[in-house]
Amino acid sequence: MIDFEPTPEQQEDIKAAHAFARDLFRPVSRHYDEHEHDSPDELIDKMWEDRSKGTLALGLDVTAALRIEELCWGDAGLFMCVPGPGLGGAAVFASGTKEQVERFLGSFNEGGPKWGAMAMTESGCGSDTSAITTTAVRDGDHWVLNGEKIFVTWGKRAAENQDSLVVVWATVDKSAGRAGMKSFVVPAGTPGMRVEKLEKKMGIRASDTATLVFDDCRIPFENILGSPEVRKVDKSQTKGFKGAMATFDATRPIVGAMALGVGRAALDFVREALEKEGIKIRYGLRKQKLSALERDLMEMEANYKAARLLTLRALWMMSQLQPNNLESSMAKAKAGLAVTRITQKAVEIMGPLGYSRKHLLEKWMRDAKINDIFEGTGQINMLIVARRVLDFSRDQLK
Amino acid sequence: MISFSPSEEQQMIVTMVKQFANDEMRKIYRECDESGEIPDSVVETAWQLGLVASSMPEECGGFGGEHSAITGALIGEELAWGDLAMAMHILCPALVAYPLLEMGTDAQRKKYLPLLCGEKYKAATSALIEPHFDYDPHSLSTTARADGNDYVLNGDKCLVPLAAEADLLLIYAAADGRSQGFIVEKGAKGLEIGEREENMGIRGLATYGLNLKDCRVPRENRLGGEKAGDFDRILNCSQVGLSAMAIGVARAAFEYSRDYAKERVAFGEPIASRQAIAFMLAEMAIEIDATRLMTWEAAWKLDRKEDVTKEASLVKAYADDMVMMVTDRAVQILGGHGYIREHPVELWLRNGRGFATFDGMAMV
Repeated sequence: MIDFEPTPEQQEDIKAAHAFARDLFRPVSRHYDEHEHDSPDELIDKMWEDRSKGTLALGLDVTAALRIEELCWGDAGLFMCVPGPGLGGAAVFASGTKEQVERFLGSFNEGGPKWGAMAMTESGCGSDTSAITTTAVRDGDHWVLNGEKIFVTWGKRAAENQDSLVVVWATVDKSAGRAGMKSFVVPAGTPGMRVEKLEKKMGIRASDTATLVFDDCRIPFENILGSPEVRKVDKSQTKGFKGAMATFDATRPIVGAMALGVGRAALDFVREALEKEGIKIRYGLRKQKLSALERDLMEMEANYKAARLLTLRALWMMSQLQPNNLESSMAKAKAGLAVTRITQKAVEIMGPLGYSRKHLLEKWMRDAKINDIFEGTGQINMLIVARRVLDFSRDQLK
Repeated sequence: MISFSPSEEQQMIVTMVKQFANDEMRKIYRECDESGEIPDSVVETAWQLGLVASSMPEECGGFGGEHSAITGALIGEELAWGDLAMAMHILCPALVAYPLLEMGTDAQRKKYLPLLCGEKYKAATSALIEPHFDYDPHSLSTTARADGNDYVLNGDKCLVPLAAEADLLLIYAAADGRSQGFIVEKGAKGLEIGEREENMGIRGLATYGLNLKDCRVPRENRLGGEKAGDFDRILNCSQVGLSAMAIGVARAAFEYSRDYAKERVAFGEPIASRQAIAFMLAEMAIEIDATRLMTWEAAWKLDRKEDVTKEASLVKAYADDMVMMVTDRAVQILGGHGYIREHPVELWLRNGRGFATFDGMAMV
């Protein structure tokens, strides 16, 4: 039965997340934008405390998306400081054994704040994740990792906070291509892993984006996620790589939800500013009768809605155990681009109010752009959608 | 609970209509467009599916099912995928039946609904659009003036489907400063049906202009009687219905151009292997799905009897743009072949352009 009404519990969750974002994120939003590498420690403790109460216990489902939209309405950068298993945890869930899930995530909620990061991108490869050069060499009961990872989201927190973890993608056999690509769990504080640099970014400045260096970093043999074997013959058996891609099916619509929050913040800002001026949007009129401003705003609202429904559908399908690779990429491609345009248009409409750092709107435009880039750029997601709708392999459509 | 799955019954209806669209409509749509005629036999076969009667109450001759805008949207998409002109012809009686069902007085429903639930297809239609570029459904030039026991209607309408053969016409006119519907029976004095119109698209569908000159209808023929019908809701139902049909047209064009792009070889490989083509198709697929979800959401709200003016107008504007983008690209992907009438994409582009104009020509 087609239904668009969140359950009463979900409605409560939305309210709680919204209140959290409004009361705790918005007041400090500008501060952490302007003091890029300051750590919002007090807020993090509060977030960690709230996790156990539920407001910030975020999974990868429809409920999580509804909450995340609200939190990112508050501040997308601060949302990305929320402690939790995160992308690293998602990778462990997607490719780890039961024992590994228990070992790495079993007591994740106990003690102090923890993070789980995913280290994939390197300076020489972004979208082409199968071209990574970081190596993992077996040495008895250990793997030895060497290489450098960039753009690791919450990488510093995950690498340095006790009991946090970083999932690192490395090749065990370069000649095997994709089949040689495996993921490894590196616990925080492991000797040989260090934070080399923190990036300075256009937006989401509250979130740390780190370069991690692995210099003869030794981890136990059992920290490999999935099988250590390299199967070269059967192309369909490139499980490590597939594990990474399966993770994306879950995380891409979540990024969609983050994007939506930022887009809605901008939409709300414009709507409220216009209302103050006594301008009301007249829905239900023919296009010929609308002002250019009304047309713009209605187009922004429609695009926000389109992205939101695609996002919720992708996550709903996952909850129904339906394959959602196509729908995930549809949601991410649409949401990333939609909010990029919505926020840019909002700044245009608001003129000097939009451009001024007195208001948060210009920050949201800077924050929004990342959603069209990380977890697969808009173009990569279009490529995936295209391959899916054409039923083409990666060789047929490069 | 948020869910994107149609009910089992809705899925059965979709399967049935899909099959009809594929087996019957797709065989003759080009001929219909060229000749301007839709064979009665196809309309009759469609009528036997009970798409309108199934949601009419038993005492009015229907099957007693619950009327649902979501079901209507699902049906509209599938029929329009088959052919838009035929879809509008087949569903034309709904333009009168659905507003009557929701807003008619008991007497109006009793008198008129059985005519629209008969065993045979009977044309009934509605007239909303007026022949000016900036006509406004909320402030119509056609007027209805109360005079004794009658309303006196004056004005011009256009794009009225099947006006010449319709037994019943629901004509919208301004009265007391707002738009309202008036039930006019065939042959009413002062109602003059003009020549059949020639349009860019939906050429199989017979549409007409009509002139009202002191056309008298009894007071009790105002839709909804003393209370009058909710015109905004009628408009919203129409916008949702048209959005659903736009999705059907777009999906047809998308599927055809996708298949073509996989077959057509240029520079040694299928043109779909080039990102310039593949990315167009990806965007078409995304926008079709997005429009469908927005249409469902608006229909869902209609079924809950909530005010849906915002959602309906947002999705309609979005669907108008989407169907143009998709059908235009379909022609573009076929290149010169797309421009030739041997392929259907030029027909879908012509039909697609109409959605921004077709106010009131579909209903859920």
